[in-house]
Amino acid sequence: MSKLALALALTACASTAQTAQQPVPAQPSTTAPATTTPAPAPRAGAGAGAFSMPNADPFPSTYLPFPSRTTVIRNVTILTAAGPRITNGSILLRDGKIAEVGQTVSAPADAVVIDGQGKYVTPGIVDTHSHIGGSAAPGDRGAQTDDVNEATNPVTANVWVEHSVWPQDPQLPRDLAGGVTTIQVLPGSANLIGGRSVVMKLVPARSAQAMKFPGAKYGLKMACGENPKRVYSGRGPSTRMGNVAGYRTAWIQAEGYRRRWDNWLAGDRKGDPPGRDLGLETLAEVLRGNILVHNHCYRADEMMQMIDISKEFGYKIRSFHHGVEAYKIADVLAREGISGSLWADWGAFKLEAADAIRENIALVHNAGARAIVHSDDPSGSQRLNQEAAKAMAAGRAIGIDISEDDAIKWLTINPAWALGLDDRIGSLERGKNADVVLWDKDPFSVYARPEKVWIDGAVIFDRLDPKQQWRTDFEMGFVPDTRGGNR
Amino acid sequence: MRALSKLSRFGAALALLAGSARAQDVAITGGRVFTVSGATIDNATVLIQNGRITAVGTNVAIPAGVQRIDAAGKWVTPGLVVGGTEIGLQEIGAIGSTNDQSATGKDQIAASFQPWLGLNTASVLIAPGRKEGVTTVGIAPQGGLVAGQLGVIDLVPGHTSDMLRKPAAAMVAQLSSPRGGGAASRGELIARLKELLDDTKSYARRRADYERAQARPFIARQSDLEAMIPVVEGRMPLIIDADNADDIEAALSIAKEYKLRLAISGGAEAWKVADRLAAAGVPVFTGAMNNIPASFAQLGQRQENAGLLRKAGVSVSLIGNAGGGDEEAFNIRNIKQEAGNAIAYGMTWNDALRAVTLAPATFLGVSDRIGSIENGKDGNVVMWSGDPFEFSTRAEHVFIKGREYSEKTRQDMLAERYRTLPPSYYKP
Repeated sequence: MSKLALALALTACASTAQTAQQPVPAQPSTTAPATTTPAPAPRAGAGAGAFSMPNADPFPSTYLPFPSRTTVIRNVTILTAAGPRITNGSILLRDGKIAEVGQTVSAPADAVVIDGQGKYVTPGIVDTHSHIGGSAAPGDRGAQTDDVNEATNPVTANVWVEHSVWPQDPQLPRDLAGGVTTIQVLPGSANLIGGRSVVMKLVPARSAQAMKFPGAKYGLKMACGENPKRVYSGRGPSTRMGNVAGYRTAWIQAEGYRRRWDNWLAGDRKGDPPGRDLGLETLAEVLRGNILVHNHCYRADEMMQMIDISKEFGYKIRSFHHGVEAYKIADVLAREGISGSLWADWGAFKLEAADAIRENIALVHNAGARAIVHSDDPSGSQRLNQEAAKAMAAGRAIGIDISEDDAIKWLTINPAWALGLDDRIGSLERGKNADVVLWDKDPFSVYARPEKVWIDGAVIFDRLDPKQQWRTDFEMGFVPDTRGGNR
Repeated sequence: MRALSKLSRFGAALALLAGSARAQDVAITGGRVFTVSGATIDNATVLIQNGRITAVGTNVAIPAGVQRIDAAGKWVTPGLVVGGTEIGLQEIGAIGSTNDQSATGKDQIAASFQPWLGLNTASVLIAPGRKEGVTTVGIAPQGGLVAGQLGVIDLVPGHTSDMLRKPAAAMVAQLSSPRGGGAASRGELIARLKELLDDTKSYARRRADYERAQARPFIARQSDLEAMIPVVEGRMPLIIDADNADDIEAALSIAKEYKLRLAISGGAEAWKVADRLAAAGVPVFTGAMNNIPASFAQLGQRQENAGLLRKAGVSVSLIGNAGGGDEEAFNIRNIKQEAGNAIAYGMTWNDALRAVTLAPATFLGVSDRIGSIENGKDGNVVMWSGDPFEFSTRAEHVFIKGREYSEKTRQDMLAERYRTLPPSYYKP
């Protein structure tokens, strides 16, 4: 009867130090002309006088798609997240892409054909708020696996959470088995500005780089409210007004940094460049529109203030995370083009979460804003479909007409948008990446489970085939091998 | 003993008062009735009079003046029971003044702690649980080696005397966290629990010597030793929180040696010793939404746990243990989701219903009154629009002791206020 779930899930965000970052759209900021990341200046390699350039890609993705076969799933209900469902439809996956989707598709002779009678196909689920890999299992004291809160300074824009991601975290394959194909791993919420996020594919790998979604923008994690002021109560900020002063001070510094670098790059580039500052580099990239802001914020009034701060400095908030009071300002979110990465029903673990209602997601959706079901929890992430089902039911109960065709977007195309990836993933449309889940039942049923999951057209999880169930290094020997389950 | 007899009188008085809520007479007609204790009956009527179920079946005569509720196409079940929660003990997790689930105790032993004495009957978390079909919960103390005593409450408005169904239903201890139990290792934790049991027996035999200060020092305070006496005498069940299969086996050994009425809670790796649990007749309180090796004690945690235990013949009661969503207080309603997931991972539907009704009621000693739909039992009954475990299903009528509750929750009020933006602050 004691709270068993202790350490792991909660250290990251919700109760200890949740942060939600919102990606800033790649649009120009309002106050400063948009520029792309400066092209690297001449670089002297490792020789004398060499210097590294800001905003390069020092930890590039080495992800390569797994081997795939041309696959047809037919006679299946398809929730496309791009329009009405297709019943008794078919989908063709070829060369890692969705080649065709419709009532019928061409079936190449070499295709693996799967009969989907009674089953459902959806896009792979995208979770905008994960700490998996960074806050890894097991979480025992001394395991030193909780690596998402650099709680040594209220502004740590200099840290990159990918440097905390452990590819052998046993939470990774479990998330995948829940139908999740893409996650944004975020720093925690101890800090006003927590650092860079990373967008990853849920694939087995030896390095974080090999999981990184090629070409995905970085996110910046910011956090409002109770967590930073509690963590830093001794040294400050210790109040909400202190929080706001902290954000503004950081952005003022970032403006100056950006100006110095942009001027230097635009000039003759002679002499010493401005000194590099990892944190200000990240913030300057936000101001240039190249990093998306993900802002952990619970209360409506604080979200309104964060919107004003974003306007003062000319960046965009891509998504408010947690936003338990988003329903109070759903109209504003719609108007400002800010998505809400929300829980179906978490609340009351602190006062700023006390006004949580199950209708939150539905009300945000109904106001025309992009609603997203997020997890901030390695357990909840495995059942985001169930969370969406709860949110849909709550909305319907107060008379909001929500179809499954709408609700599937909360799990797929809307979070893909929040990550700036809606042109590549998040819906089942020709030409998109073949990130696909085959469910044994309607995914909005509590009884449904993912049966197969494809990433870039490759089967990466198969519930019916133990050989297609990824087992991390850590699990071998330590964790009983129960692949195949009890069936 | 002093403390205990005080407790018993208190409990009896509360029980008398609890019957005073005014019930209505109602007939729920034509539904699919899941009695749990017996067969499921289609097109059946459940008659509730004076707070009690007075008839169940397809051929029930409905007296004149009894309100009828048409349940055609609906599902009717006992009110749901969650064995371990913190309802009324924790309102807002981060606000210490609203947390009343733990005792200081002495040396991590707080057996005399009775958390219902500090029950917050005004908790806004009661109504949301009730609205979704949860009618009775265990409220469990937290922390230490022995956390204290678990009480059983009905989720009705009123005060403690109206809510408390059974005080001192079980003692709660743990073999899952050595540090939390004042030990430096798992072995020491087990030894401490055994020492407490030995000292309780010794104290019970030598109370007079103790009063004359002629007994050796004991591991616990007198009040805690008193509280432990019913446990060692097998009159009060002991719930031991344990995850690691070896720790569960240790608990089984202790229960055998001391002749305790044991249940395991948590039980992440219980499936590994399912046959032993079944042979010992030891029930397990666990969830069905956790498969993460979150600690070295939970390496074998898997979602099939509940189903595998049941298959081996273990009595399983579902509780929330998935973590972040706070299923102990804010989201006790998610017990339905636990049940659904238990089914998805191998439990039968009927067993899952039992695991959220009769199984916990039986272990907590309240199955004479609740947990099934039977003549003479309390009218704790829910009518659902369909399968109670599906998200699309709604609890349409919720009765506790024959009285229907449909009050708006605080969450309902907020949703209503902000349904249209901007809101009016002069409406609800």
